[in-house]
Amino acid sequence: MELTGAEITIRCLQEEGVEYVFGYPGGAVLFIYDELFKQEAVKHVLVRHEQAAVHAADGYARSTEKVGVALVTSGPGVTNAVTGIATAYMDSIPMVVISGQVPTSFIGEDAFQEVDAVGITRPCVKHNFLVKDVKDLAATLKKAFYLAKSGRPGPVLVDIPKDVSNHKTAFEYPSTVNIRSYHPQVTGDANLIKQAAQMLLEAKRPMVYAGGGVILSDAAKQLTELVRLVDAPCTNTLMGLGGYPASDKQFVGMLGMHGTYEANMGMQNCDVLLAVGARFDDRVIGNVAHFNSVPRRIIHIDIDPASISKRVKVDVPLVGDVGSVLTDLIKVLKSSKQKPDAHKDWWKQIDEWRGANSLNYKNSSEIIKPQFVIETLHKITHGDAYITSDVGQHQMWAAQYYKFDKPRRWINSGGLGTMGFGLPAAMGVQLAHPGETVACVTGEGSIQMNIQELSTCKQFNLPIKVIALNNRYLGMVRQWQEFFHGNRYSQSYMDALPDFVKLAEAYGHVGILVEKPSDVEGALKEAFARKDELVFLDFRTDSTENVYPMVPGGKGLSEVILAEDL
Amino acid sequence: MRHIISLLMANEAGALSRVSGLFSARGYNIESLTVAPTEDATLSRMTIVTSGSDEVIEQINKQLNKLVDVVSVMDLSDGDHIERELMLVKVRAEGADREELKRMSDIFRGRVIDVSDRTYTIELTGAGSKLDSFLQAIDHKLILETVRTGASGIGRGERILKI
Repeated sequence: MELTGAEITIRCLQEEGVEYVFGYPGGAVLFIYDELFKQEAVKHVLVRHEQAAVHAADGYARSTEKVGVALVTSGPGVTNAVTGIATAYMDSIPMVVISGQVPTSFIGEDAFQEVDAVGITRPCVKHNFLVKDVKDLAATLKKAFYLAKSGRPGPVLVDIPKDVSNHKTAFEYPSTVNIRSYHPQVTGDANLIKQAAQMLLEAKRPMVYAGGGVILSDAAKQLTELVRLVDAPCTNTLMGLGGYPASDKQFVGMLGMHGTYEANMGMQNCDVLLAVGARFDDRVIGNVAHFNSVPRRIIHIDIDPASISKRVKVDVPLVGDVGSVLTDLIKVLKSSKQKPDAHKDWWKQIDEWRGANSLNYKNSSEIIKPQFVIETLHKITHGDAYITSDVGQHQMWAAQYYKFDKPRRWINSGGLGTMGFGLPAAMGVQLAHPGETVACVTGEGSIQMNIQELSTCKQFNLPIKVIALNNRYLGMVRQWQEFFHGNRYSQSYMDALPDFVKLAEAYGHVGILVEKPSDVEGALKEAFARKDELVFLDFRTDSTENVYPMVPGGKGLSEVILAEDL
Repeated sequence: MRHIISLLMANEAGALSRVSGLFSARGYNIESLTVAPTEDATLSRMTIVTSGSDEVIEQINKQLNKLVDVVSVMDLSDGDHIERELMLVKVRAEGADREELKRMSDIFRGRVIDVSDRTYTIELTGAGSKLDSFLQAIDHKLILETVRTGASGIGRGERILKI
């Protein structure tokens, strides 16, 4: 029996076990939406803006090990989706985006709602396809899912012209994929693993630096075992939080621009550094020359060879899946007769740095401190919530003060830094985990970048808790202007803010205004007690609070500004 | 340093723009780029002449390998290789210049492949530097048009770029 391209598209999604498609209909995808209508296996979540569809698919993927799926129409549908796609690309999130395209005979004629989707998305996808013949559709979608989740994951776009979704062909979903030019290396080189093990055994001041690769590879267990085995302090990047339990005594906190003093000093002063699924990003190691000015040997595990020795020269490159390489490394370490030294002096030094208490802040009984809100949030949710965030100061405070013990609980846009990510991402997370607690930590700036999604949340009964740290400023911009631009707060004040409580109510949700520190805990308790409702908490926080510690852009990791320095 | 990178890639629509897009997005130099199908109709062979530090060249190789359409990559400059470029030059050939241009073309082992009353079109093959020398050797005022293909390269002996 022959099926239309639209039927094939839906059948492929069913074959892939897709539970939710996040999308927005339009002319070029009408046949596909018609087929969606006729079945129930694949559920569609109607967002209010295509950017949110992609972020929701992204949040869904980050909080599970599955591929997120978004469906958008041609032209503005796909251009609106680009920010979401780029966000997923920067953080290596497995995702398939299906976009409609004008009919093949119209392509290139500047047809209504025509845009070169493959061209526009090329620099921010792992790969993309324009399907010109319905006969290629099933195989292309199979490839898209395979590419999205294998190797270093990433978004894949499949552009389907309207006529292709209406043409018929025999349907057979391929059981395997073979792309002759694509063979990601999964297992690490045995000799190099031995070298790495030896280096770790001989280290006097070992340090483990673990990033988002640990989360993506579901390797938190292996990481924890290895860190304990080599008796090293462990730091996580912003993307890696939860990859190592924050409450463990070997954890030294997040590193980087707003990392703890002990994490950054440990990075700078270790003699053997094991980097696991991390990429020595500029926000993580600061000034490369400054970082390189101290000798240390570096072992780097990453599935993407291009991530290795990109910014920092590495001594032992271990290309492979993080989980697989860690498992092999643990085996070699365990079978070795040599045992790692007890790094007594090193731990003494680490504890001295810890003594700087770099996350300390002065709480107030007059004005709500944003850090206090996050600490209380952690307490009320027993550290067990899924926390999404937007971008800015609130994101850093959430990363610093919500101590993540489990992977896939911390959902944020690390690489691209996309404001407007938090709420739609929380929708994806909540749909993936219906009974779980999901909170979106945001600011009054970020939340307004996708606030229309409060409507989607109502339609799909998503009881997300929006924790808005409302300081009436684009706080991170304000902070940089205070530090580096002579207190000239150019365009960083948020004037004419809406009444968020009324706004939440207008969308059919609950809104709570919190203005006093003494009300913080009660408000949070009330919000989380409302298990079936979305609650928007508008916390009026200290508008002059800054994120500390801070390694200014272009500076080295040890050139840090601590709160007490000012 | 100058490098000449050869690669095989799937003969798919858009494959060329993935490579050229990679170079512009990451700020790598392209001195020249040539591409044409191979004996296997599903594959194209591309030769890119680029320059950069060792670190940059290492990244270029890795990033090219990462492209899903790219099947294999070889930095020809890592070993013995042969490099050739084709140039077509149209020159004003009148009076005494006619004889002189023919002579220069012979010296450089070029061939006159088109003749009119007032012009010659000369075909010349060789390494880029040889083509440069020819252009410098003839009277600059006589050059009407120059067309160069950019370098193509191949490894010497058993150095072969295959799937």
